[in-house]
Amino acid sequence: MSEVLDTNNPETLTPPPEVVKEELLAKYPTKVARKRAKQIVINEVGPDCTVPEIMANVRTIPGIITQRGCTYAGCKGVVLGPTRDIVNITHGPIGCGFYSWLTRRNQTRPAGPDDFNFMTYCFSTDMQEEQIIFGGEKKLRQAIQEAYDLFKPKAIAVFATCPVGLIGDDIHAVCREMKEKLGINIFAFSCEGYKGVSQSAGHHIANNGIFTHVVGLDDSVNGGRFRINLLGEYNIGGDAFEIERLFEECGLNLVATFSGNSTIDQFANSHTADLNLIMCHRSINYVAEMMETKFGIPWIKVNFIGAEATAKSLRKIAAYFDDPELSARVEEVIAREMPAVEAVRAEVHERCAGKKAMLFVGGSRAHHYQELFREMGMETIAAGYEFAHRDDYEGRRVLPNIKVDADSRNIEELHVEPDPQRFTPRITPEDLARLAMGDLTFKDYEGMMPTMANGSLVVDDISQYETEKLIELYRPDIICAGIKEKYVIQKSGVPMKQLHSYDYSGPYAGFQGAINFYQEIDRMVNSKVWKFLKAPWQEHPELTAHYVWE
Amino acid sequence: MSSLRPARKNAKPAPVPYVSTTNACKLCTPLGACLAFRGVEGAIPFLHGSQGCATYMRRYIISHFREPMDIASSSLGEKHAIYGGGPNLKQGLLNVLCKYNPQLITVATTCLTETIGDDVPRFVKEFQQEYAARGDATPLPPIVMVSSPSYQGTHMEGFHRAVRALVDQLAQAPASTAAVNLLPGLVSPADIRYLKEILGDFGLAGIILPDISETLDGPQEATYSKIPAGGTPLAQIAAMGGSQATIECGATLKGQDTAGQLLADRFGVKLFRIGLAIGLRETDLLFSLLEMLSGRETPRSHALERGRLLDAMVDGHKYVFGKRAVVYGEEDLVVGLTAFLAEIGVRPVLCASGGNTGRLKAAIAAVTADLLPEFPEVRGGVDFHDIAEEAQNLAPDLLIGHSKGYHLAKRWQIPLIRVGFPIHDRFGGQRLLHLGYRGAQQLLDRIINAILAKKQADSPIGYGYL
Ligand code: SF4
Ligand code: SF4
Repeated sequence: MSEVLDTNNPETLTPPPEVVKEELLAKYPTKVARKRAKQIVINEVGPDCTVPEIMANVRTIPGIITQRGCTYAGCKGVVLGPTRDIVNITHGPIGCGFYSWLTRRNQTRPAGPDDFNFMTYCFSTDMQEEQIIFGGEKKLRQAIQEAYDLFKPKAIAVFATCPVGLIGDDIHAVCREMKEKLGINIFAFSCEGYKGVSQSAGHHIANNGIFTHVVGLDDSVNGGRFRINLLGEYNIGGDAFEIERLFEECGLNLVATFSGNSTIDQFANSHTADLNLIMCHRSINYVAEMMETKFGIPWIKVNFIGAEATAKSLRKIAAYFDDPELSARVEEVIAREMPAVEAVRAEVHERCAGKKAMLFVGGSRAHHYQELFREMGMETIAAGYEFAHRDDYEGRRVLPNIKVDADSRNIEELHVEPDPQRFTPRITPEDLARLAMGDLTFKDYEGMMPTMANGSLVVDDISQYETEKLIELYRPDIICAGIKEKYVIQKSGVPMKQLHSYDYSGPYAGFQGAINFYQEIDRMVNSKVWKFLKAPWQEHPELTAHYVWE
Repeated sequence: MSSLRPARKNAKPAPVPYVSTTNACKLCTPLGACLAFRGVEGAIPFLHGSQGCATYMRRYIISHFREPMDIASSSLGEKHAIYGGGPNLKQGLLNVLCKYNPQLITVATTCLTETIGDDVPRFVKEFQQEYAARGDATPLPPIVMVSSPSYQGTHMEGFHRAVRALVDQLAQAPASTAAVNLLPGLVSPADIRYLKEILGDFGLAGIILPDISETLDGPQEATYSKIPAGGTPLAQIAAMGGSQATIECGATLKGQDTAGQLLADRFGVKLFRIGLAIGLRETDLLFSLLEMLSGRETPRSHALERGRLLDAMVDGHKYVFGKRAVVYGEEDLVVGLTAFLAEIGVRPVLCASGGNTGRLKAAIAAVTADLLPEFPEVRGGVDFHDIAEEAQNLAPDLLIGHSKGYHLAKRWQIPLIRVGFPIHDRFGGQRLLHLGYRGAQQLLDRIINAILAKKQADSPIGYGYL
């Protein structure tokens, strides 16, 4: 590999994307190269925002070293993990549960000393050979009983790992039985890791489960005029806290967040909200769709990553409720927050403008964070998701054209109908049409690619090898990805920011978050540490001689 | 909600024999195998199963070592779970070969492939035949396999099985040498570097397997290499059958069919089993062995380190004497730490492990025999819930173990001295030294300083001279 650490020569030319793509594919066996070629796309935004087709949400090629996780990870780790008062029991051998033991660093804020918080716990049936051979239902039943005896929780959820489906345990039957016996809500997720192609399948299974077993259990309407749910925000690094603060200052009433800083009671009551806001479209759009069908709650896509995007999202909410008082408060909040943001932005802009970023992460962040980089004057030259689908890349307009393969068919699509009693349209068709004329589009997500520059590279499910290759060819100033890539990238001499766990800092959402991010990235891309890579005695031996002899 | 709060000392509930695991004190079998495999030069660890396991284990190992850790996976899906994972395994091996050009591929199984009963040796054999038939210019590197379902044992069983598999499948019967095989067990990269230094100082040619000293604690360099430098060279593993002796570390390995045993049985290499060299007397054992094998006296620099350690034990005794400690982690580590604590005057009150070999108690008895007025509680196969129940009436002053014990330390407001694996709430876990006189010295300093820091913090006065 070439010297990427040559700090004397930072102005290297970026090779054309066609060349880069060719290089990425060169080492693969023909069949693999053919498949990857469809997952590596050179962006070109046409009129009406059409973009080239990308292959996504397909099985990872064995041996390629993907960054993807499994269905269980998406279900238990991502969607259900951040809810503090459900006891989550992993049914399987010990590893799966251990590795998902608060590793995503979701934060939560129990209401008081008597509020439950099980997030620091890791419950597992710790399957042994005996259960593999004779079945694990008995042990699961007892594990549920033990969790109940220990904590008397409101709810217990059970998550299946790979062996469970294979040995044929009926975890749903066990849960029904124990629910009856113990009188609390107990439900299970068949999220065996081998189902689906990535954690994405697990998100879907989690959505289905919460919708079936929890949403709609509590019809009480607990006040507030502007009742909203925030979907697909998991409170990494305290993002949800910052968003909650803004909502409160604007006078919005948050009913439930799926699922950062959440409780099961919030889910049960969430169908009483009047608007659903979607942050991470990939992981949570199913619940939004089902709530709309069953209860009549419309949804809009928002983004609280980036100061401008935050302001825009708040204005969208105000436009929906169409209330002068709310609009005034929203404007007030924006006007109050923006000067501090602007001051820091202008300062870091001087040092960061023109620098190049690459983002390979998740199912929405690779898109959202481009906003922040744009605000700093930095350019995103390549980006991709780990587990997103075509609609997250190209926009929901392609939904009718997405072929459903065997892996996706595996994941149940719930059939949902309007609830005979509780379906209430939240907005008249006329208002809907009027709002749609403005800036407000319902049920829509434009996708990542239409917002990216022509000629930028979009890579789905990037492999370790491709990441290394891209570093070599593009020499970016920073890469955002996850912990698995972190040290590979840093060892290549490129600063690396984790956008799953935020490198244990944050928040980055909202206005305060934008400031944090500007400062953090400025610190990283302007770090001097790479200069010290060569000791003086390696670089200028003659100088050493000088010191020694004179 | 009272069960989430620290229980009062006299309110001990009757212990319940739980079948479920709450806050485990062990990791899964293939993770241990992958860690061992990472210590072989030019090797790529490969997990046969769904990709989630590989991803989870990578992220876990990386968060401790802060180093790249590639583990390939055969990425099985539902179809393969039903019809078998052979085709995926073969395709995966081929892709790893193309992109990494490794010297060795090491395949470990997971729960999924063990449950469906995939015949990995047969698949690999077929792959080798198919590859040979292709007539490819690049020769196929060796492929080592290990069976590692995590419904049997813990990461330590995975680790030892992997080491055994390496020796079993790679060692030959070459000419005899004066080399010494050293099987150190799961210790830190810093420990391995130190062991190398010691062997070097004795003038011994050592073969350390696995050697993660560089592969999991490498330097920042100008260019990144896909497979990190370092690790036990394949040629050395092949030569292990000719070494004059094997030193195998691990107090609970007695009587087990390990790599050391295999070398003894198959090649007649003399086997010396000792515990992890933690603390004074366990280290003395190692040094006596090395004196014997090298025919040399302990080099002065090491004798000096021993002397300074003793000196510090005398100086520090007043701070640690009678303090009550809970020790947890892998069984062999717990045995070593307990031995050391007993030596410095700390009273181990509970020695616990998620491992469940059934040999922990005897091993602890052996290393503490004449030192402890009262034998500690010893519990194998436990989780942190059990540890908490057991310990809350024992009034511990200290916790010694990995990061997962933090919640107990917080609950009881006592210091946690972090050792072993995983450490993900402190910096530098890969550089912690546990072994030898030097490691004991550092442990002693850390323990005493933790006690002093707590004393200082607890006092309203603000004494600055302790
Ligand atoms: S399935 Fe088995 S191997 Fe995979 S993470 Fe779980 S315990 Fe470990
Ligand atoms: S065993 Fe299955 S559920 Fe568990 S980590 Fe592996 S892929 Fe995921």
